[in-house]
Amino acid sequence: MLVHTCKGRWAAWAVFAVLFVPLFALPLLVIAVASLSTHWSGAFPSGPTVEHYAAATRGESLAALSVSLQTAVGAGLLALALGTWAALAAASLGPRLKRVLDALFVLPVAVPSVVVGLAVLVAFSRPPLLLNGTRWIVFVAHTVLVTAFAYQSVSAALTRLDPAYAQMAASLGARPWYVLWRVKLPLLLPSLTAAAGLCFALSMGELSATMMLYPPDWMPLPVKIFAATDRGSLFVGSALAVVLMAATLCVLLAVARVRTRAAYR
Amino acid sequence: MTGGRGPGTGIRFDEVTVAYGGTVALDTLDLTVRPGEVLALLGPSGSGKTTALRTVAGFVRPTGGRVWIGGRDVTDLPPHARDVGMVVQSYALFPHMRVEDNVAFGLKARKAPKMPRAEIAARVGEALETTGMSGYARRYPRELSGGQQQRVAIARALAVRPGVLLLDEPLSALDARLRSGMLAELARLHRELPEVPMVYVTHDQVEALTLADRVAVMDRARLRALGTPRELYRSPADTFTASFVGSANLLPVTCAAEGTVRFGGTALTVGLGAAGASRAGEERTLCVRPHRIVLGEDGPNVLRGTVTAVQWRGATHRVAIEAEGHEVRADVPELDTVPAPGERLALSFAPGDAALLPARTGANGAQDHD
Repeated sequence: MLVHTCKGRWAAWAVFAVLFVPLFALPLLVIAVASLSTHWSGAFPSGPTVEHYAAATRGESLAALSVSLQTAVGAGLLALALGTWAALAAASLGPRLKRVLDALFVLPVAVPSVVVGLAVLVAFSRPPLLLNGTRWIVFVAHTVLVTAFAYQSVSAALTRLDPAYAQMAASLGARPWYVLWRVKLPLLLPSLTAAAGLCFALSMGELSATMMLYPPDWMPLPVKIFAATDRGSLFVGSALAVVLMAATLCVLLAVARVRTRAAYR
Repeated sequence: MTGGRGPGTGIRFDEVTVAYGGTVALDTLDLTVRPGEVLALLGPSGSGKTTALRTVAGFVRPTGGRVWIGGRDVTDLPPHARDVGMVVQSYALFPHMRVEDNVAFGLKARKAPKMPRAEIAARVGEALETTGMSGYARRYPRELSGGQQQRVAIARALAVRPGVLLLDEPLSALDARLRSGMLAELARLHRELPEVPMVYVTHDQVEALTLADRVAVMDRARLRALGTPRELYRSPADTFTASFVGSANLLPVTCAAEGTVRFGGTALTVGLGAAGASRAGEERTLCVRPHRIVLGEDGPNVLRGTVTAVQWRGATHRVAIEAEGHEVRADVPELDTVPAPGERLALSFAPGDAALLPARTGANGAQDHD
């Protein structure tokens, strides 16, 4: 603790609350309240209802949620596998080559995601890899966007991992694959699950690149929310947003449970 | 993975050189570890001793020369095919595995033929028995003390019955009391496995002198001296070895007649030592161990000077005098009347306790060890 006196601590908490509540908590609260209303013309909303939720968890909306979950799980796992593979490969490269690889993987983060979306669209719009118009182009775009985070997270964990573990395993007669499977990956598990959660959450909320390339039969929830608010259905959009938020949080909490179990068994 | 039993394995370094970029970590090492021998690689940090060990384990690839284990050229073999057991300073026990799984790791990791479960369990039990850790099989490494973790690390290395055992500063993470206990344990372990050679890397001369059959003294990427602990202690080959293996007074002297040298204005009678026959007028270094020096005038070799410091060390007193412009230290049994700094004092030593070494050359990497 940086602040020692009782008064000082209260003051710090007050400053924190003043900064945090309007910036972070209030907008989310507003969405939650709006999703339960039919009118909002004064200072407070009116016409309480749960009708929007009934609509948000049925039919097309439910399908969009399912699409989002499938995309996020698929792209997240693919990104985790690719990012981990790349990080493991980078760790055995020389420092100069590793820097090149690091830069390569930062690229999708540094470049605006609209650009990434357009790039993926153009790249996969003609044979031999014609993915435009299929759901796979959404998976590809999301994977490209989130792999960077998986790579960075695993790469950072690998540099902290004492090489003596893998060396001892090898000197005991374990082949490289066995060392990877039984020693390295289990020791990296906490950061692997952290990376998986991050990739999943980012993919769940991805809008700008998705907008560029989603096919009609594969519309993720953020696109649906955007469409709803775009045509003026703010309250329906809010309900959809709360559903998106809740679904993402549920999955993240489940991942966090795996993490705490993995951190020290 | 041949089991390593039988006539026993040796290790041979054949002009092994390791260079990283421009720095040479190991410079043309020629060294043979005999089957069943305990060889200590002794040296300060950066002397190349750990690098030498790691070329045997396969973690470092030599830029020149060959490494042989038991008559097999292993230079190009990956670590997992070398049949070595290793214990490192940090132990590197797998934190996500119980003690028994740590010890079983090497047995489960081997490829076909798969070892039957019952045999693995028996081998794990045996290895834990040897190191006195049978009661801790179900624990995790983090639940063990440093000394216990060290025993598990040794058990893990022994379970695969390696042809050679490599120990990289295994005791340096332990406190002094535990260390002397573990040293005795390692000596017992070696008696129980007389055919397995051990290479023991350390910067601690006590560990090297206690445990090793032979000691290889390393300094600045080179092998400086090789011999039994007694040889190195009694008649060191050079000033570095003299000051690194045990504590030493190194006095610059000039040869006079056969068996006589001049230390400033004092004439001394000495044995020949490593520098061999000498001609009059040659510069040499005289090595006298502090505990071989007595107070008073006794015999032909007497150094007179002024007391500069007296330290009480429990069983002994260390008395330092300045004689002929150089500090001379003596470790004498605890004194009743302690000389005061500034007093005149005479020290003596027998001719047989002095070794004549080549003259000290330039900057010497040796620090004085007590």
